[in-house]
Order: sequence, then C-alpha cells, then structure tokens
Amino acid sequence: MTNNDPKFEFDKPEMVENIISHYPDKRSAVLPLLHLAQSQEGFISSAVMRTIAQLVEAAPAEIADTVSFYTMLYTEPQGKFNLQVCQTLSCSLNGADELVDHICGEYKINPGETTEDGKFTLTKVECLGACGTAPVVQINNDYHEGLSIESLDKLLDSLE
Amino acid sequence: MSDFKPILTEHIHTENSHTLEFYRSVGGYSALEKVLKTMAPDDVTNEVKASNLRGRGGAGFSAGLKWGFIPKEGDKPKYLVCNADESEPGTFKDRLLMTKVPHQMLEGIIIASYAIQAQLAFVYIRGEFYSEYLILEQMIAEAKEASLLGKNILDSGYDLDVVIHRGAGAYICGEETGLLESLEGKRGWPRIKPPFPAIEGYLKSPTIVNNVETLANVPHIINRGADWFRAIGPEKGPGPKLFCISGRVKKPGVYEEPMGISLQDLIYDRAGGITKDRKLKAVFPGGSSSPILTAEETEDLKMDFSGLASVNSMLGSAGIIVMDETVNMVKACLNVARFYAHESCGQCTPCREGTSWLVKILTRLYDGNGTRRDIEMLLEITDNMGGLADFSLGSFGKTVCPFGEAVSWPVRSFIEKFENEFVACVNIGGAVV
Ligand SMILES: Cc1cc2nc3c(=O)[nH]c(=O)nc-3n(C[C@H](O)[C@H](O)[C@H](O)COP(=O)(O)O)c2cc1C
Ligand code: SF4
Ligand code: FES
Repeated sequence: MTNNDPKFEFDKPEMVENIISHYPDKRSAVLPLLHLAQSQEGFISSAVMRTIAQLVEAAPAEIADTVSFYTMLYTEPQGKFNLQVCQTLSCSLNGADELVDHICGEYKINPGETTEDGKFTLTKVECLGACGTAPVVQINNDYHEGLSIESLDKLLDSLE
Repeated sequence: MSDFKPILTEHIHTENSHTLEFYRSVGGYSALEKVLKTMAPDDVTNEVKASNLRGRGGAGFSAGLKWGFIPKEGDKPKYLVCNADESEPGTFKDRLLMTKVPHQMLEGIIIASYAIQAQLAFVYIRGEFYSEYLILEQMIAEAKEASLLGKNILDSGYDLDVVIHRGAGAYICGEETGLLESLEGKRGWPRIKPPFPAIEGYLKSPTIVNNVETLANVPHIINRGADWFRAIGPEKGPGPKLFCISGRVKKPGVYEEPMGISLQDLIYDRAGGITKDRKLKAVFPGGSSSPILTAEETEDLKMDFSGLASVNSMLGSAGIIVMDETVNMVKACLNVARFYAHESCGQCTPCREGTSWLVKILTRLYDGNGTRRDIEMLLEITDNMGGLADFSLGSFGKTVCPFGEAVSWPVRSFIEKFENEFVACVNIGGAVV
C-alpha cells in the first residue's frame, strides 16, 4: 500500500466497534462490515477492502476473496435503482421472463447493464424466497411481489 | 384432518403479531420459563428427542438426536445457529414465520441454546431479506429489554446473546457448513464431513445448526409435551408442517397442515386447483432439489418423509412447485439447471463443470440444435455428479456437499419421466410448447 492509494473511512465508527464486539473473532465481522460499507458507498472499492482487512486483521486479498463470492456485494457502482428480477422457476412460470423483456425494451438495456442516466440497473437474480407471490422484483432493499407489466411500469414511473 | 388447527401460524393474521407484547399475550415465553425454572439441559434434549421432531430445513434429521451429539466434556464454547437462509427454490415459509411470529422462533432458539449450553447464538438470514432483518433486530431489542436475552435470563443464572447475521446472496450458504464458513467471514465453501458441526462447527467449536421452522416447533413441544406432538400426523415424522405452494395454482401460499396431508388436498383444496383449470403435469414436492413427480404419482400421495420416499422423491423443504400441461419440460429443466449452475460454489470439479455442461446441452436442445446423444450425455453428467439410478440406495460421496445430488436428482427425473419431450426437441427441432 502506498500513500497515494485512495482511503476509505466509515462514517459511523461507533457502529463498526459495535459490530466487531458481537463476534468472538474479528474475521466473522467481515460480512456485516461489508454491508455497512456498501450502504455508505454504494459498492465495495479496493479502499473499502483494505480498511476492513485492517480492522479484522486479515489480508486485503482475503477480503477480496470473500467479496467475489457473493452476488449482493458489488465491486462497481450500480444504478440508483437496482431492478433485481427473479428468474427462477416459480417466477418464470408466472411471467418473470416477460418482465425482463419489457424492461430491456423500455429502457434499452440488457441484463447486467445500467441506463445512461444511471437511474436503473437491470439484474437477473435467483429465487428470492417469495415464490408464493411470483413474479418478484427486488428494487434495492425492497421486495415488490405479484407484479404485472402494468404494475411494474407504474412502480418504475414512481421512482425518483 | 379437518379438525387440525394451525399451531405455528395460529396468530399470523392478527395485527402486530410480531411484537413481544402480542406474543406474551398469547402465552409466549411460558415454555422458556418452564425450561429455565424446572428443567435441566438434558431434560430439554430428551423431551425434544421423544417428540421425534425432525429437521424442517431439508434433511429431516431428528433435532433431539442432533443436540445430543454436542460433547459434554471440553472447555470449548458451544454455539447454536438458526438457519434462515431460505433459498431453496419454491420455499418461502421461514420468511412468514420471521415476519409474523419472530418471537416464537427466538423462544425456540433460547431453549435450544440452553439445552446445548451455548452462550452465543446466531440467526443467519439471507441478505435479500432486508425488511425481515429489521424485524429480527427489533425482536432482539425487545427481548433484551425484557431480560429474555443477555445476562441472567429471567433470573435463572443462564446467559445468552443472539446475533442476527446477514448473508450476501449465495444459495450454498444454506448448506450448514457453507453457512459456517460464511459466518466466519469467508466464501461459503462447504466443508468435508465428518467432522460434523456438532463436533467441529463455528470456529471449530461444537455447533448446532437448525432451521427456523424446526426451532419454532420447540416452545410448543415444551408446553404441550412430546406425546401431544407425536400424535400429530405420522409416527415416523410427526408434527405440524408448513407447506409452500407456488407455480401454476390459483391460490399459492403457505399452508400449515399436519404431516401426511395428501398432496391432492394441498393442490386442489388449499391452493384452489390449477391455474385456468388446466391439467396437472408435474410437481416438485420438496423444493427444486427433489426429484419431480408426474401427475399420476401425486395421486394418493401423503406429504411426509416416508410418503415421498415411497415415490423416490423427498419432502426436502416442502416447497411444492406446480407445473401445468402447458409447461414445457425441457424449458423447466433448463431453468432449474441454470439455477444450480449459477449457485454451484465451484469447489468440486464434477459440480462446477457438470452444472455448466448441463446448461449448455439443455440450451442447445431447447433451441433445436440438440441430438439424441445429448440426452444420453445429460444422464452421464448427472451420474458423474452423484446422480443415481435408485434413489433409495443413496450415492453420496462424489462431491463435498449434497449439492451434486441436488442437481442430479431433479435433472434426471425430468429426463426419465418426460423423455418424449426431450426427444421431440431433437426430432421436431426446438421446444414446442
Ligand atoms: C445445497 C443445500 C442447501 C440448503 N439450504 C438450506 C436452507 O436454505 N435453509 C435450511 O434451513 N437448510 C438448508 N439446507 C440444509 C442444511 O444443510 C441443514 O441440514 C439444516 O439447516 C439443518 O437444520 P434442521 O435439522 O433443523 O433441518 C441446505 C442443504 C443443502 C445441501
Ligand atoms: S457439490 Fe457443488 S456446491 Fe457442493 S461443495 Fe462441491 S462445488 Fe460446492
Ligand atoms: S422463484 Fe422467484 S422468488 Fe422463488
């Protein structure tokens, strides 16, 4: 690490302390710290990984290894609204594929891409554990269930 | 059967059923008081053993037996982990229990922790369940305030802390050793067993992992006794059970019934029958890792551990996914295979490579570019991943965790039971429906 590398600091150091104090070993605090950092920054930069590595006394590469494993941890900025459409069987049987096609057509993006204005990212995800109210789209932290193309359109129009 | 009244979900329709105040108003935490005031840890384990409560997370192992594996000697701390990863496709029951009656689960956690003498417990909740996570945090705050957690719980001298730990998007973290790796801050790579977690789990200490629904049953067993529990449903796996029904039915949802209810009743009565009154074609009875059943196989089928074993499938997570006559089986099979290819942790070659080949081959079949040989190849690949001809013989061992089987079984069952549709893809060129 050189002095020119970008640095990351947590906004709320007391929360960091609190999280680490919950666990019998520091390394177990990695996922909650990553969640906290991502809620502050929007994604996990290498600066975040270095800061967390120091906090839990691990190598930055070990943190990077963890980060790369989980689909909810992003190493790049996402759109303001991340449209995570479930594509697994129960949702697919209830119209999820049509929702994906509709979003692609309406906003001119493919799954994995972000609109030019940075408003929407489209992500195909696997079963969200809400199959009884399929199809399901998770937008950032919130679930939206039992959607149709019409109700999805309304929902997306209402997002600012 | 019709006189069965929901036990785990009795109060879900009452407003504020998630609060401590409400839970206490309906007798909540009386089982904990009974345990702390009148029972030794082993008494609790023995009562749960006698109830024959079997795990609701997928494998159906006796909860009391498992708790009994925790070593009595040694000075290592013991841990309890409540598995709230709920990511088996078709499964959405733990979410209901956590949003509507979280204290019922917490009471079960505290009692189980006392039985194994743990001082620290975790709820590992899948990262996507964010609003559920907030409910659990509120649950913890309420319980601490009421001296149900922390030091000297209800003046008993017993101490316990419970930490809510969020996952970050990975199906394999539902597998108990993948979960423990993830809890330790690493990638969720399952461990080779043995040693089992009860001997070497979280931080190499004795650890019990139980599903949310399993633990939610515990307060009721303590309150009403093992005999009461064993009298509900079949002897070999009794108790109330949450069945999740989704796919092509009119009223999808979670239905609490005694173990052993007929699948036909669940589909045609509770869930209101097939969408648009179409004909039933196939059903996943226990999440997408269970071998699928044809419509004929669902007749007279009892939904319990032995009923499903009798048709070479399994109760699994009781996630019932219904497919009607218009569903193309090659497409459905591809959807399932794609799920597993995406979720394979990548640690074992047969699973990592096998799942991606299944997707490639199924895709070309579905697109009309496949051959007869492709169909044979699908079967060969599932064989190499742990697939087996006779389910009852078992064939664990080709991969580190049972995920290999969890892919092979459903994929094989699609091909064996609906071979004509796979052949049609080759002959007619592309999937028809
Ligand atoms: C691939 C795979 C995924 C699993 N996913 C879950 C899950 O999401 N939730 C769960 O409770 N158990 C899951 N299990 C089962 C757990 O490994 C473990 O058996 C269970 O949590 C034990 O709890 P129980 O005895 O109370 O059922 C999974 C198992 C495998 C092999
Ligand atoms: S069987 Fe698959 S999921 Fe399980 S450990 Fe091996 S690669 Fe990972
Ligand atoms: S299949 Fe979409 S939530 Fe389960």
